[in-house]
Amino acid sequence: MSKLETAPVIPDEVRNRYEAVIGLEVHVQLLARSKIFCACSTRFGDPPNSNTCPVCLGLPGALPVLNREAVTMAMKAAMALNCTINPRSRFARKNYFYPDLPKGYQISQYDEPLSEHGWIDIEVEGKSKRIGITRVHLEEDAGKSLHEGFPDSNEKSYIDLNRTGVPLIEIVSEPDLRSPGEAYEYLTRLKTIMLYLEVSDCNMEEGSLRVDANVSVRPVGASALGTKTEVKNLNSFRFLQKALAYEIERQIEIVDRGAEITQETRLYDSREGRTYGMRSKEFAHDYRYFPEPDLLPLVITDMWRDDVRRSMPELPEVRRQRFMRDYALAAYDAAQLTASKALADYFEDIVKASAQPKLAANWVLGELAYLLKEAGKEIEKSPVRAANLAGLLQLIEQETVSGKMGKDILAAMFSSGKTAREVMSSQGLEQINDTEKIAAVAREIISANPKQVEQYRSGKTATFGWFVGQLMKATRGQANPQLVQDVLKKELAG
Amino acid sequence: MALTEKDVRYVADLAHLKLTEDEVARFLPQLDSILTYMQKLNQLDTKNVEPMAQVTYPAAENPALRLDAPQPAFSQKEALSNAPEPAAEYFKVPLVIEKE
Repeated sequence: MSKLETAPVIPDEVRNRYEAVIGLEVHVQLLARSKIFCACSTRFGDPPNSNTCPVCLGLPGALPVLNREAVTMAMKAAMALNCTINPRSRFARKNYFYPDLPKGYQISQYDEPLSEHGWIDIEVEGKSKRIGITRVHLEEDAGKSLHEGFPDSNEKSYIDLNRTGVPLIEIVSEPDLRSPGEAYEYLTRLKTIMLYLEVSDCNMEEGSLRVDANVSVRPVGASALGTKTEVKNLNSFRFLQKALAYEIERQIEIVDRGAEITQETRLYDSREGRTYGMRSKEFAHDYRYFPEPDLLPLVITDMWRDDVRRSMPELPEVRRQRFMRDYALAAYDAAQLTASKALADYFEDIVKASAQPKLAANWVLGELAYLLKEAGKEIEKSPVRAANLAGLLQLIEQETVSGKMGKDILAAMFSSGKTAREVMSSQGLEQINDTEKIAAVAREIISANPKQVEQYRSGKTATFGWFVGQLMKATRGQANPQLVQDVLKKELAG
Repeated sequence: MALTEKDVRYVADLAHLKLTEDEVARFLPQLDSILTYMQKLNQLDTKNVEPMAQVTYPAAENPALRLDAPQPAFSQKEALSNAPEPAAEYFKVPLVIEKE
C-alpha cells in the first residue's frame, strides 16, 4: 500500500468544472447448485475446502465440463438486460498467479462473450436515463484468501477453495454513469432484476454480488475520456457511493492542478474512507488470454434460446406498469411495491385473496412496512402472512374493524403471528355493529349528562362531537363510527 | 535479433521464474530463434483461411454439457493431503498481501 495521501478538499467552483465518467463491472454469483465446470456443491458456509474435486483444485489431467444450468441462468440475465445472445461464444484462459486460483488461470470469456450490446433504464432526478451494457459473460469464481484472524496472519495467508469454480456472470456497463448517485441507482436496478430472475441472491456480504468501478474525470463539455483508475473492494452500496465520491475528488484535484492521473488499480478502505493505489507488481496486467483448449465453443441453438426466453419471469419495470394499469395504483406506490420481487408477490397475494388493491397498497407500504422496519425484518420474514393481512383488510372493508383498530390488530398479529379474527376474539376487539347495543350506551350517556344534552338541544350542535367522544370511549373505540353518528343523532333528538 | 534481455526477464516474471544473468543470456537467443521461426509462418497469406484457435470444432449443438446436480468428491482431508503446508482446514501460503 502506498503512503497516506492528503484527502483532497475541492471547492464547488472547481468541482463544477469537471464531470465524472464511471463504468461498473459487476460480478454476480449464479444460484446453480453445482460449480460451473465440475459437480462440486456451491453451498455457502460449508467447512473450508470441503467442496472440491480434481477439476476445481486444478489437478493435472482434470478436464472441465460446462454446467448447462449456469448457461441458462446467464442467458436469462443477459436477456433481462436487453443483450443480444451470441449463437456461438468461447471460453478463454485469463492467466495470472494468485494462491486462490489453483490452475494459474481463470476460465472466462474474452473476445467472444455469451452476450453483448444491452441496456437498462435508470431514473435520474425524475428522468429516465439509458445505461449501456457492453457485455454479459460467463466465468468461474476464484477461491477465498483469508489474510486476517489466524495466529500467524502476519506471515501467512489461508486459502479456502470451496468458492473456486462457482459460476459467475460479469456484467460490464458502458462508461455512461456520471455520478456516484447514478452508479448507486444502476446497481440497485441491476440487483432488483437479478433477484426477480432468481439467478442470484445478490448478497453483498457473502460476496455473491461484487462491484469494481472504472472512474475518470474530464472537463465539462469535453468528449475525450480522461485516464481511468479501477477501484476495487466496493463491498456495499454505501461504500460504492463513498468510494466513488472520494476517487472523483482525488482525480479532480490532480487534473485541476495540471498533473497526470496514473492508470492503476486502487483499493477502497472503508475504515478510512479513501482509496489506495496498489503496486502494479502485485497484479501484472498481462493476462495473455487465449482460447480455452479444454472446452468446445459454446453453441446456443435457437431452440435453447427461445426456451429460455419463454421461461423469463415478469421483470420489475413491466410489473410496475401492470400494477398501475390493473390495480389503478399511483406511480409512486407501484414503484415501491415492485422494488423487490418478494414485496410485489406479497402484495399480489393479498389482492388475489380479494382485498381492494389501493387499500392493500396503503397497508403494505404503510403500517406493515413500519412494523417490519421497527423489527428489522424483511418482507420475506414477515410474521403476518399475506393471507392473514388480506383477512384483516376484508374486515376493514366490511367496516367490522375501523382503521384505528386495524392498526392495533395488525401490531398484535405481527407479534403473535395470529389471524385478525384470533387476535380480535382474544382481545375482545370486535367492532360493535349492533345498533341496539350502541343505542343502549348512548342512552346511558345522555341520562348521565343532562347539562350537555340541554346545550345540544338549545342549538349548540358543537356538543355533538363531545357525545361521540364519550361513546367511543365507553366502547373502547369498538363502536362502528358511522352507526355512532346515526344513533346519537336519533337519541339526542329525544 | 528482435528480442531483448528485458523481454526475457518480463516473460520469466509472468511465469514466476527467477533467472540468473547466465540463464537470461542463454535463453535470449533460444527464444529469439523460436520467434524468428514463427515470423516465417507470418509470411503466409491467410486472408482466406478461417482462424482455428482450437483443434476442437464448433458442433451444431453442445454435445457435452453437465446437468446441475452436485456430487461429493474430495473430503476436506483428501483435498488438503497434497498441500505443501497444510493447516487445519485451510491451505496455508506465504502472505500474499503487504501489510502496513
